[in-house]
Amino acid sequence: MGILDIFLLEALINGVLLGGVLALLSLGLNLVFGVIDVVWICYAELIMLGMYGMYFLYSVYHVPIGLAAVVCIVGVGMLGVILHVVVIAPLLGAAPINQLLATGGVLFFLQSAATVLFGIEFRNLGLRLPVLKLSEMFISYSRLLAFGAALIGMVLVYLFLTRTYTGTAIRAIAQDRHIMILMGVDSRRIYVITSALGGGLAGLAACLLVLQYDVHPFVGLSFGPITFLICVLGGLGNFAGGFVAAFVFAELISLGGLYLDLEWGYVFAFVFFIVMMFVRPEGLLARRS
Amino acid sequence: MLELRSVCAGYGGFQALFDVSLEVRRGEAVGVIGPNGAGKTTLMRVISGLIRPTTGSIAMEGADLLATPAHRIVGLGIAHVPESRRLFPRMTVEDNLKMGGFLPSARAKYRERLDVVYGLFPRLRERSRQLAGTMSGGEQQMCAIGRALMSDPKLLLLDEPSAGLAPVIVEQLFDLVKRIRAGGLNVLIVEQNVQQVLRVVDRAYLLKAGSIRAAGTAAELLASETIREAYLGV
Repeated sequence: MGILDIFLLEALINGVLLGGVLALLSLGLNLVFGVIDVVWICYAELIMLGMYGMYFLYSVYHVPIGLAAVVCIVGVGMLGVILHVVVIAPLLGAAPINQLLATGGVLFFLQSAATVLFGIEFRNLGLRLPVLKLSEMFISYSRLLAFGAALIGMVLVYLFLTRTYTGTAIRAIAQDRHIMILMGVDSRRIYVITSALGGGLAGLAACLLVLQYDVHPFVGLSFGPITFLICVLGGLGNFAGGFVAAFVFAELISLGGLYLDLEWGYVFAFVFFIVMMFVRPEGLLARRS
Repeated sequence: MLELRSVCAGYGGFQALFDVSLEVRRGEAVGVIGPNGAGKTTLMRVISGLIRPTTGSIAMEGADLLATPAHRIVGLGIAHVPESRRLFPRMTVEDNLKMGGFLPSARAKYRERLDVVYGLFPRLRERSRQLAGTMSGGEQQMCAIGRALMSDPKLLLLDEPSAGLAPVIVEQLFDLVKRIRAGGLNVLIVEQNVQQVLRVVDRAYLLKAGSIRAAGTAAELLASETIREAYLGV
């Protein structure tokens, strides 16, 4: 194998690994949008809080990492419920712009609160996970772990959505919310469960991202915009579209970064996004309507 | 069984129902006929809780529907097949039926209800894995009725079930309503297809511009001059 082939393969694999995490990120946001019809602008800030949760539990209070992860997932899930009950539910009948402004306000609130409480230092778990050497490729163990956990998380959500009554109602409500009463479904309850699920996914994402990245009050800016772009690229609220878009985006970033600098990977990805918005404005897997 | 008294209802500033009183007795099939825009669909929505009346009362077997949270009304035995079917188009037939049986009381007998529905509509069993939105209009209507039957209701509300269907399918549909009735289910059916609906119901009401203008047995209405002139064109 030539040296370029090895780099290419390594970039492809890293793209897939990144894609898994991006897919997990977009699933939580898509779920909330598809079901409640509200965009959590502050979604990435929930992840930021989850990352801080991991940092404090593991590095400061020395809670075992597995337990810390569970606490973190449940905790951010509860934050999702609080966000819904306190901010979203009173605005459900309001104009979309007001909902956006409200969750946007929460974004600045959380960023500022984190700055005041935790300071602006970059913090990390201090974990040094080994790097896997496959023939001549180097694959980071933390990325493999993140990919595996993201896949497991998505499979669990898939099973929940397809095998349970509540999950079926979550899919149904995204297709026709007005007749849920006729099915005997209390939509408010489904909204709360969906918010818990969306928050829980943000919590899981936080546990995986904190393995690879430092946490600081503005870390949400690194994940938030790309998560929104992926959701829009896949078609907002379209779970399968978001999944595909995440891998397309990740490969563009990874392969673009191989041939030029890493930043060029992002430039490629965003140019692709802008072009696709003209070619397929309803998303990659647009439904024929 | 079902009793509406002096119900007024509307949307925002627009009033669609004026002082409507109507009754479905045990063992009956009742029709509501009337022209487009008469308030027939509003009447159905008011019963199933999709909209709330401004005044009046609605009771189902003595239970006050207006004091019941809207999503609990189906639990009292009222299943509504809405206008234009309103299936979940990107879910399979079986998932649609599962949603019809969402109530905890219905979940316990899911298999049993599924057998009843598949017995009535063998076509749905063949199509159980198909996405509901990809089926023909007649099949979708079957699926919508099947979904409503999954909750094991006592009263079935059918809103314009024949709309948009081919004449042959409409015949089958009304045969089916007869069969459902024979199974002991009460039916309240809203239709523009007056001639057909009067063949399957015991009594009917004429609703026009939001109020009841006439009521009587199917035979009486068929014989009535106003109805014959206005709707049957004979």
